[in-house]
Amino acid sequence: MDVSQYLEIFIDETKEHLQTLSDQLMILEQEPENMDTINEIFRAAHSLKGMAGTMGYKRMQRLTHDMENVFQEVRSGNMTVKSELVDVLFRGLDALEGYLANILETADEGTEDNEEIVNTLNSIAAAATGKEDPVAAAKPAEKAAGGGEAPEGGAKYAGIHISDYEKNTFDKAKAQGQNIFGVTVYLQESCILKAARAFLVFKALEELGEVIKAVPDVQDIEDEKFEMDFSLIYFTKESLETVKAAVENVSEVKEAIVGPFDAVLDASGAEAPQPAPGPVQEEPKEQEKPKEPAQPVQAKTAEKPAEAAQPAQAKKAAAKPAVGRTVRVDIEKLDVLMNLVSELIIAKNGLVSINSTEEDTKSDAAFNEQIEYLESVTTSLHESVMKVRMVPIENVVNRFPRMIRDLSKKLNKKMELHMTGEETELDRTVIDEIGDPLQHLLRNSADHGLEDNEERIALGKEEIGNIYLDAYQDGNNVNIEVRDDGAGINVENVRNKAIEKGTITAEQAENMSDKEIIDLLFRPSFSTAEKITDVSGRGVGLDVVKTKIEGLGGNIECKSVMGEGSSFIIRLPLTLAIIQALMVELGPEKYAIPLGSIETIEDVLVSDIKYVQTKEVINLRGTVIPLIRLDQILDIEASSNEVESLTVVIVKKSNKLAGLVVDNLIGQQEIVIKSIGSYINCSKMIGGATILGDGEIALILEVNALV
Amino acid sequence: MEEISDVQNLEIAGEGKQYIVVRLGTEQYGIDIKYVDNIVRNQRITRVPKAQHYFKGVINLRGEIIPVMSLRLKFGLKPDEYTNATRIIIIKLEQQSAIGIIVDEVKEVVTLTGNSIDKANTSDPSDPLIQYLSGVGKHGNGLISLLNISAVIVGRESKDVV
Repeated sequence: MDVSQYLEIFIDETKEHLQTLSDQLMILEQEPENMDTINEIFRAAHSLKGMAGTMGYKRMQRLTHDMENVFQEVRSGNMTVKSELVDVLFRGLDALEGYLANILETADEGTEDNEEIVNTLNSIAAAATGKEDPVAAAKPAEKAAGGGEAPEGGAKYAGIHISDYEKNTFDKAKAQGQNIFGVTVYLQESCILKAARAFLVFKALEELGEVIKAVPDVQDIEDEKFEMDFSLIYFTKESLETVKAAVENVSEVKEAIVGPFDAVLDASGAEAPQPAPGPVQEEPKEQEKPKEPAQPVQAKTAEKPAEAAQPAQAKKAAAKPAVGRTVRVDIEKLDVLMNLVSELIIAKNGLVSINSTEEDTKSDAAFNEQIEYLESVTTSLHESVMKVRMVPIENVVNRFPRMIRDLSKKLNKKMELHMTGEETELDRTVIDEIGDPLQHLLRNSADHGLEDNEERIALGKEEIGNIYLDAYQDGNNVNIEVRDDGAGINVENVRNKAIEKGTITAEQAENMSDKEIIDLLFRPSFSTAEKITDVSGRGVGLDVVKTKIEGLGGNIECKSVMGEGSSFIIRLPLTLAIIQALMVELGPEKYAIPLGSIETIEDVLVSDIKYVQTKEVINLRGTVIPLIRLDQILDIEASSNEVESLTVVIVKKSNKLAGLVVDNLIGQQEIVIKSIGSYINCSKMIGGATILGDGEIALILEVNALV
Repeated sequence: MEEISDVQNLEIAGEGKQYIVVRLGTEQYGIDIKYVDNIVRNQRITRVPKAQHYFKGVINLRGEIIPVMSLRLKFGLKPDEYTNATRIIIIKLEQQSAIGIIVDEVKEVVTLTGNSIDKANTSDPSDPLIQYLSGVGKHGNGLISLLNISAVIVGRESKDVV
């Protein structure tokens, strides 16, 4: 019964359920009476519990179980939804996410018991049902019920026959200070997957010690050839209570009877199986004071596996994450791919048949036709493969409403998050990386951007602050905009602060536009200074955000109007690996300019070049555009012959234009971006390289760094 | 008899290492064979602007883009003259990051044992080249300067040598 093959599915589904829970809880908080939502929550929690149990993640199961209990009370109307309740539930969700993160890394849920959340949940549930003792409620209801119905003298393990050979191992174990226990496990009558439960029992026990013998034997148990109970002999260094708790922690176990096997050993030596007195006495004792064992036992279980798990976990953590990154692909997308591949084969066959026909008069035209066909197929193939890698941005942003809710409580400001364009798709690699920067910007908006409620009212704004997160496609880019209607950035404060810190001189500050000043916020030097945060309300870690976005091939800019709010616009390329580019020639070298950043291509007469502050500019239809002589920047030997006109590629970075002077245009081409490695210190102007059809290498110009 | 004991020594010590012997100008250098991924003929190198001066550029090796460094420039020798014997040795220090180094000629592969390797021991300890060497091997009549290849690739250039 190896469940590791289901790990990926488990993780995916758990994520989905957690998201559902989070979404629905948000709704529930707004509409506490919404029965549909409550049912939905209950379903998700229940599935989550079942899945965690099947995978053997006991802590996760326990937590979900207790959350489910609370939902149950809500559903049956014993409890009304209050803000505090939702808070606790959200904390529960966070804890579950913690487990999931651990599982993702190490395939193990970790050792955090989240005792406090569990206890809180239980006392809430208990309060609703009128139970007085929250700790007793900590034991899942079914177990508590099972305790009373336990058959008298159910310690069937006493009848296990021991061979002489096994006796030797007993002696050895004793010498090592191990306890020898007999365990009889009764499953619930309603249990369907008996073998699975038995497996979980074995698994739980093997964490703490060693199972020596089982009746019926292990094979039979695996094949489900047993009634509702099975017995085993068990060596462990743990205490009796620990073992009992470990077994009873497995769901659908009605009862576990655990007793020392020593006495039985002697008895069986005389070939006289008789019920051991130990466990029978143990039973009533436990019923007398159910409180006592529950608490320490839980503490112990938390401790012991923790110790055992530590080295193993450390080892695993060093290795790669236990779970590979996967993308769930719509089956339709795969069908399209399949069709394209078959078309590719047809195209290839077409070429083969042309090759074999002797007549050369017609074949030229046919050949071209096939090439064109091939071209269209490969283009569609590329698009489809890219689509497979695309994931809607929803996967990242759907955790933000929750975050804003928490922030709102923490900062004691009323605010609302409005999101649009969640369905906008981005490359999987981008999606994985974009979460943190967005979170950072949203936090900034919530914390520093929005004013306090009183202040807002005083300013005549609506009391509740608004934060907007808009995603939309724009040509070859996807734009994500984080906007707020708060105070905006106080440019003068930033300017003064920058001068004070020596980032810029006073003269420089004079000449800088507001926008350039705002851009200073992205400088690393501005990031850690806490004073700046107080004064300008911005600037913590914005450089990190910027670095991350640029690492993804995108860029970020900030617009702000005092008193009306500020907005951060992130621009990201749709795909990373393959782009459309314009190939240009500079002297003997070839370069690629990404098409996405090109505005137009112009022929400019040399005589039209003007000088502004000794820099070359051109006046293009009323706009003054600086010229960049690529050959100078890239240290290319300039062609000596005088020319009358220059070919200028006008490129755009956000709303700045620049003209790149090139020698020749080669044409548009689809290029695959390759890295040129880390050893070579290439400047930021080179964004990578690509291999052309003839095997030659062309470097890709990074327009963002040039302009 | 002596030969046999040598072989035995080698086997016992297990420290026989194979080196690829290359020539730069008149000197012979040895490169530990375990770092060598490939040896290719000189081919078209695409210049990368603003790179370190000893990086000649990048080459396309079967669809992979690999930066190429000139050992001569790194060591402060005269610039390379490409001949028929010029080779680019593709070094892989770690997976996924290959680098090529240009040498005048690849001569042979030799096995050197621990006792035929001396510590790099130049008369002038301030010789900047010393940082790139892991030792000096004796083979036949010649001496082979053994390169500390990771220092060559990652280390700083030696500007002061002419």
